[in-house]
Amino acid sequence: MAANRNVGSGFLFGLGLVAFVDETVFHQLLHWHHFYDKSTTAAGLVSDGFFHAFSWFATIGGLFMLAGLRRRQAWLPRRWLGGLWLGGGLFQLYDGTIQHKLMRLHQIRYVDAVIVYDWVWYAIAAAMVVAGIILIRKTGAKQA
Amino acid sequence: MSAFYASHGSGAPAPIITVILIMLAGYIAAAVQTSRRYKPWPLRRYLYWIIGVLCASSAVVGPVAVQAHSDFTAHMAGHLLLGMLSPLFLTLAAPITLLLRSLTIRAARKLTRALNSRPLRVISHPVTASLLNAGGLWILYTTDLYMVMQHQPLLHLLVHLHIWLAGCLFTMTIIYMDPVPHRYGFLYRAGILVAAFAAHVALSKYIYAHPPAGVPDGQAAAGGMLMYYGGDFVEIALVSIFCYQWYKRSLASEGAR
Repeated sequence: MAANRNVGSGFLFGLGLVAFVDETVFHQLLHWHHFYDKSTTAAGLVSDGFFHAFSWFATIGGLFMLAGLRRRQAWLPRRWLGGLWLGGGLFQLYDGTIQHKLMRLHQIRYVDAVIVYDWVWYAIAAAMVVAGIILIRKTGAKQA
Repeated sequence: MSAFYASHGSGAPAPIITVILIMLAGYIAAAVQTSRRYKPWPLRRYLYWIIGVLCASSAVVGPVAVQAHSDFTAHMAGHLLLGMLSPLFLTLAAPITLLLRSLTIRAARKLTRALNSRPLRVISHPVTASLLNAGGLWILYTTDLYMVMQHQPLLHLLVHLHIWLAGCLFTMTIIYMDPVPHRYGFLYRAGILVAAFAAHVALSKYIYAHPPAGVPDGQAAAGGMLMYYGGDFVEIALVSIFCYQWYKRSLASEGAR
């Protein structure tokens, strides 16, 4: 129960963290991403709205779950971190493939060689997912 | 109503000022009076109520309201104050609890029965409340209603009343500060909160790209972005209070075990 909660809390916080980094670094600081792209589909608008809302909920809810775990002295930092990488990586993968490409929400950067940016984006996402899975499996084995 | 409209330039219309004063005086009087008989009413709730009333007031009288007639960004600032921030503070002030406390036992029972009646249960269902809240905004900004409202003082007043009341209803069905007819679980309310938040985000981007009739492109873009980031600000506060209630509840149920 507590072991799953550690993964769940980390997963939610990781998803929120990646969405937050996306919003601050790529939208606000670098201005690479557009607030709205003329080719955005209706499904893209709904998906973006849903993930934006959910990512805030996940960040705050994930941290309250962490507070509960710490109060019960059941926090497993490494397992929690595994959840964080998995949640963050999966969201980044979804954002980069489905939202950017299929729903044409916006591109990573408006340059000719956007494909380079795309693959760096995917590679980082995949690395996060793999790191998450390894950490979760390792900490799971130690518990059993 | 023409007097309401004409007085916009010079100062605040008298009926609205009267309502604001009654809301402030009524709450404070009830809180002070019932504090003699029961536990003293918490000081922070007086503060929440006053801030909530002032937020709503600033959207209908004063500089923001005057500016809103010609500037969509100012209208949007008013919408955030009236439809989101004011309802949050008013909900935190627990007005129904205060009302129940200030009534006689017989009257309070009647009120409780009325709150439990079928029509009120339907309206205070989180799904109905979200549809009234977010749905109302989608209709306002995606049809000609926004433009028509600017030339019809009575309609203008009704739309603003709806934004405010629907905002209050929605907030009260998400975070429980007052007794409610039927309680829904945290996960259920969390899903509705996320969906309503998502509808707000999507609408703000839609406005950015598709200005409502009669609104210049630049104002729609600025207004849409204000709605997006300003909405985030209030939603984060709402989500935090919601999660805090969930956290406290889960600790309490564990202690009972």
